[in-house]
Amino acid sequence: MADKNGFFDLSKTTLSRRTALKGIAAGAGLALAPGFVRYSQAQSSAPIKIGFQSHRTGIGAAYGRWYEKTSTAAVKAINDAGGISGRKVELVIEDDGTDPARGAEVVAKFAKQHKTDIVFGTLFSHVVIGSAPAAGENKIPYFVVSEGHHVASTKLNRYVFQPGITDVKSQIQSMAPWIAANAGKKVTQIFPDFAFGYDHRDYLPPALKAQGADVIAQIAIPPTESSFTKYFPQIPAETEVIYHVMVGPAVLTFVKELGEFYGSNRPQLFGFIDSLEAVDINSPGLEFLDGSHFWEGSPRYAQPDDSAAQKAYRAAVGIDDNGAAVGDPKDVSTAAHMFGCWETLYVVKKAMEDAGYKGPEDRAKLVEATEALKEFAEGTEHPQGPKTFNGKIHQCFGIQNISKVEGGKLKVVHKTKIEDGLYEPEGDYTTQAL
Amino acid sequence: MHFGPHLLLAALEGLVTSAVLALTALGLSLVFGVMRVVNVAHGEFFMLGAVLAWAISTAISGHPAVGFVAALVVAPLLVGLVALVAERLVLRRLNYNPEGTIVATIGMLYIIQQLALTFYGPEARPVEPPFNYRILLPWFGYSGYKLSVVAASAILLVITWLVLTRTRIGLIMRATQYDRETAQAFGVPVERVYAGVFAVGAMLAAIAAVLIVPISQAHYLMGQDPLLLSFIVVIIGGLGSLRGTVVAAILIGLSDGIISMFFSPTLAKIIATLVVAMVLVFRPQGLFGTTPR
Repeated sequence: MADKNGFFDLSKTTLSRRTALKGIAAGAGLALAPGFVRYSQAQSSAPIKIGFQSHRTGIGAAYGRWYEKTSTAAVKAINDAGGISGRKVELVIEDDGTDPARGAEVVAKFAKQHKTDIVFGTLFSHVVIGSAPAAGENKIPYFVVSEGHHVASTKLNRYVFQPGITDVKSQIQSMAPWIAANAGKKVTQIFPDFAFGYDHRDYLPPALKAQGADVIAQIAIPPTESSFTKYFPQIPAETEVIYHVMVGPAVLTFVKELGEFYGSNRPQLFGFIDSLEAVDINSPGLEFLDGSHFWEGSPRYAQPDDSAAQKAYRAAVGIDDNGAAVGDPKDVSTAAHMFGCWETLYVVKKAMEDAGYKGPEDRAKLVEATEALKEFAEGTEHPQGPKTFNGKIHQCFGIQNISKVEGGKLKVVHKTKIEDGLYEPEGDYTTQAL
Repeated sequence: MHFGPHLLLAALEGLVTSAVLALTALGLSLVFGVMRVVNVAHGEFFMLGAVLAWAISTAISGHPAVGFVAALVVAPLLVGLVALVAERLVLRRLNYNPEGTIVATIGMLYIIQQLALTFYGPEARPVEPPFNYRILLPWFGYSGYKLSVVAASAILLVITWLVLTRTRIGLIMRATQYDRETAQAFGVPVERVYAGVFAVGAMLAAIAAVLIVPISQAHYLMGQDPLLLSFIVVIIGGLGSLRGTVVAAILIGLSDGIISMFFSPTLAKIIATLVVAMVLVFRPQGLFGTTPR
């Protein structure tokens, strides 16, 4: 190969003593720069630093942006009310690129470089699963808002908590009776071919079976897929309900192509709003969804029976009655999930105050104090609704909403009860050493 | 669904993939053939085309077809302009050094991608198709727009072929591709040809993106797959060969559609990669490529 300019000729790049000295001096200067000054020990007046692992880039970026908005609003509300144990709270944000390897690096960076008190974060299940070992190794509590069953499965470690959003297994179990009774008994599942999809693949069939309904086909689709028509012939003709949980930027295509394939003569549709988070339900091509049903953690559209706490939460985060950013109706939020960030930060506040948390040396106490929590009452701190918390599996359980697409809006038609979603714990984190 | 209709659907899907792929890969192939530059940022020009199509079609009110046609004309021109600037500022200063331009275009890839993330955002945004016509077959419905994409792509490929083989510009381009020094000696303004080819290559990717964006959506990461597939197509077809590119695009598109429908999409990708490996081993110049002298 021609290397006319000598790009790869190492002999041309000689390192002189002067260059080396310059480099060392610059390095020393950087180390002395203000950003590197650290508290030798956490002082009672120093702010509590929460490392926020955010999907700023990658396929989760729309979620990341709204998780940041919600968390910033929650931190502001907490600080305005006096902070945690009288100390201000400060978010330190790092981008995980919606990538598991990068996620683990970010957790380690929070522990070692930023020296944050805890790590808080992210949605995508593969990132959480990839990051959890780093949290365990660094013995830093890691509070996630991920929705997956991985935390409650007790396959992660004692430092990982999910106290702000119900896990998928519980969601499915609580909604299965409604699906079997109202949508249909022969269900075809379409899900993304990775961890989050597998939760649906594994837990829906037994949950429906218990209600006398059956999953007759399961179609896994690679998360990077951009065209879906080719999968639709696998949907059996006798299907009464298509249960879809797609994620990623191509979900609009999924719905549109499903519409083109079936036309008006379609089976019932039941989906997780994950498919359409941050997407305007009135986008061209989505008319096909009219009359279909969705799971929502927290309703995107303001409902007539919204509590005062829900209204205050929406105002604080800055979303209007349609779940879009105030002042920009095109900027649709990830309302069904992001409430979990708000609630998790309040759980952190409660646990830190219970533990008498002073600094990183108290992290073990914080873990134990979190495990001791039992329930969270509905209110300003928990606007989505009341929840119970199981300290053995580090997972909370709350109510779920089933919403119908009607006149270009999502209207809640059914709310599950907490008891509907409880299941036998699969293990016990508290037996693990701290 | 029975085998017949199933195969028909698979073939239709495969044709749409082929059509878009042929245009995108042709741009990549042209740039390599004439300039000997491996443009790693090619997928980002594709993405830029889609993102601009969204911006243009939302800025224009009225019937969706008006916005779409405007996007089809303006977006590729803007992308061509960006490519022209990139060529002037970066590639020319590297003297089109093969290794240097690979590194430089990798840099361009990240710059364009992150600028799109900053100014356009992380959401996938839809563009309304110029018309919504659902072709109702006895077994399933199919998007009429998708078929029109295949037709549009075929027309554009024929035009490109005519330009390359029947016009003076095409002759100059082919002369530059054949032998740069001799062409220069005969008064061909090689640097201007290079600039033009780089812009046209990017524009072809942008046109493909505008055509596909009403089917998929504009997203800042959408350039990765087309880049990878274009490389596969170009390696199989032979770098710099128009005929090879089109044949390979149809081959890869159809096999992807059919294999992923009857078996699994992962198998389709495995086979495509295997074919690339086999071609590299047994026919390194590609199916229709000529050995570089």
